[in-house]
Amino acid sequence: MSQSFTAKIWVLGDDIDTDIILPTEYLALKTVEDMKPYAFSPLRPELAGLIQPGDMIVAGKNFGCGSSREQAPEVVKALGISCVVAKSYARIFFRNAINNGLLLIENADLYDAVTEGDSATVTPGQKIEYNGKEYEIASLPENLLEILNAGGLVKAMRKRNGLEV
Amino acid sequence: MTMAHTLIEKIIGNKVGHEVKPGDIVTADVDWCMIDDIMVPFAVQKFEEMGFTKVWDPDKVVLIYDHFLPATQTDDSRHFREGDAFAEKYGLKNVHRTDGICHQLMTEAGYVKPGDIAFGTDSHTVTYGCVGAFSTGIGYTEMAGILGTGQLWMKVPESIKVVVDGVLPSNVTSKDVILRIIGDLTASGATYQSLEFSGSTIDAMSVASRMTMSNMAVEAGAKCGVFAPDEKTCEYCNIPYDDSMKALRADEDAVYSRVLHYNAEELVPVMACPSLVDNIKPVSEVAGTKVDQVFLGSCTNGRLEDLQTAAAILKGKHIAPYLKMIVTPASRKIYREALADGTLEILSDAGAIITTPGCGLCCGRGGGILSDNEVVVATNNRNFLGRMGTSKVKIYLASPATAAATAIAGVITEA
Repeated sequence: MSQSFTAKIWVLGDDIDTDIILPTEYLALKTVEDMKPYAFSPLRPELAGLIQPGDMIVAGKNFGCGSSREQAPEVVKALGISCVVAKSYARIFFRNAINNGLLLIENADLYDAVTEGDSATVTPGQKIEYNGKEYEIASLPENLLEILNAGGLVKAMRKRNGLEV
Repeated sequence: MTMAHTLIEKIIGNKVGHEVKPGDIVTADVDWCMIDDIMVPFAVQKFEEMGFTKVWDPDKVVLIYDHFLPATQTDDSRHFREGDAFAEKYGLKNVHRTDGICHQLMTEAGYVKPGDIAFGTDSHTVTYGCVGAFSTGIGYTEMAGILGTGQLWMKVPESIKVVVDGVLPSNVTSKDVILRIIGDLTASGATYQSLEFSGSTIDAMSVASRMTMSNMAVEAGAKCGVFAPDEKTCEYCNIPYDDSMKALRADEDAVYSRVLHYNAEELVPVMACPSLVDNIKPVSEVAGTKVDQVFLGSCTNGRLEDLQTAAAILKGKHIAPYLKMIVTPASRKIYREALADGTLEILSDAGAIITTPGCGLCCGRGGGILSDNEVVVATNNRNFLGRMGTSKVKIYLASPATAAATAIAGVITEA
C-alpha cells in the first residue's frame, strides 16, 4: 500500500455521475473489457482511448454519484487508472471501488491546483506531491483497509470460505 | 441511561440489539435483498467466484426483471435466463418476471415492512424508507457477499431532519417538495447521511407520495430517506399499528447534523433543469420552453395517484400535436387499477402511449429514446447527461401535474 508512484493526470469536474462513467446502454455487455471504450463517453467520448495504464483521475466533489452500477469503478480500474483523487465521493461508488481494489483518495485542495497532462506522485496512505507542494491523505477506516489488503471483497470471501489462505 | 436517537439509529439499533450512534460501524443481519435484471449475471458470477455453495436464506432474496423488459437489445434476455437458472439452482422462489419495477414491488408485494433492513443492487433501493425501513443501494460484489452470509457491515449515518408543515397548494405535489429539498441540499449535501422527513404536511401525505420523496433521497447523496411508520403505513403493509410500530420514531431530543424547515404554503411547482438533479427552478421561470416528449412513470412517479393526477388534468383534452406522451405504470397492479377505474382510458383518449410496466424510458433502455436538442419533461428521478438518449437531450424533471399540463400546451406549463 505504501509504494509511491508517479501518474499523468486527467481532470474531470464536480458531480461526475455513474451514467457519465458508463452509460446504461453498455451495462449489459458481457465483460468489463467490452465496456472500456465507452467509459466517460457522454462527457468526453475520446477520453477512454487516451487514458494509459497507470494514469490518474483528479476530480471535484461527489465523484461517482448516481446509480449503484459496479461496472463504473470496474471500468475505471480496467482502463488502468492507478487512483482517483476527488474532493468527495458518493457512498455507493466509494464502497464499490474499495470492494474492487480501486484506490480512491479524498483531498479537498488538489483539484483546484492541477492542470490536465501534468504528473503527480502518490504515496498511498500518506501524501500526494504535485508541482513542488505536498497534499495530505487521510487514512481509511480499519474494516475497509482489511478488504483492500485482502485484494477486494471477492478475495476476502474466498479466504472466509477456505479457498485461499 | 439511554441516549436520544434519530429514527435511523432506532431502526439499526433494534436490528443489531444494542444502542448505536452515528459513526459506529456495525454488522447487521439482512431482512431482504433485491437483485434487478441488469445486475443478476454479475452478482451470480461474484457469488460463485467467492466459493459459496448455498444462498444463506433463499426466501429473503427477491429477483426482479424490470430494466430490460420487454427486451430491446439482442443480448438482454440472457439476464432473464441467468436469473432463472440461479433461482432454480439455489431454490429462490421470489422471482418477478413481468410484474413491474423492483422498488414498487418490494413494498407493494409485501416483502419490506417497517423496521426491516434491506439492500438492493440499484441506488433507488432507498425507496423503502417510505415505510420506515432502512434500505439502500449496493454493488453486485457486496450483494454476492450477502447472498452467502446474510450480513453486511454499515456505518451508522448522521441524520438531517427535514420538517414540512402546513397545507400544500393544489398544484404542488410531494415531487415538488423533494426537488426543492434536493435543490437546497445540493446533489452531495446529504452524502452518507439519513434524511428523516416529518411534519404535518408529511403526516397528511399518502404512502405513495412519501415513496416519491424517499426514492429521491439518493439524489442528494443520502444513504437513506426515512419516514416514521403511521397508521397509513401499517394499512399499506397489512400489519397492525401496534406499540412496536408506535415506538419506531425519533426521540424529541435526538441530535441532527442539520434541520431544514419548510412551510408548505410557500412552496411552488419546480423542475430539475438540465443536466443536474439539483438545478432546481420554479416552473414559472422556464415556462414556454417547447417540449418534444413527456414521460409519466418510473419508481418515482408511476403510481396510481400519479396517473390519476395526470388524468384529471388531461380529461377531455388532447396533447399537443407534435408531442409524444409516454405513460408507464410502475407495476402490473397499478396498471390494472388504472385500467379498472378509467384512468388509462382518459390518458389514451388524450393521445398518450401507454406502455407495459417497468423502468421504461427512465434508464434510457426502453421506448422513447430521444435525439440531439430534443426536450423531454419527465417524472422520474434523474436528468443526467445522456440518460434518455444522446448527451444533447435536455431532460427536465417534474411532477405528474406539471407533466400533464405541459403535454397539453406543448411547452413547459405550470399546472
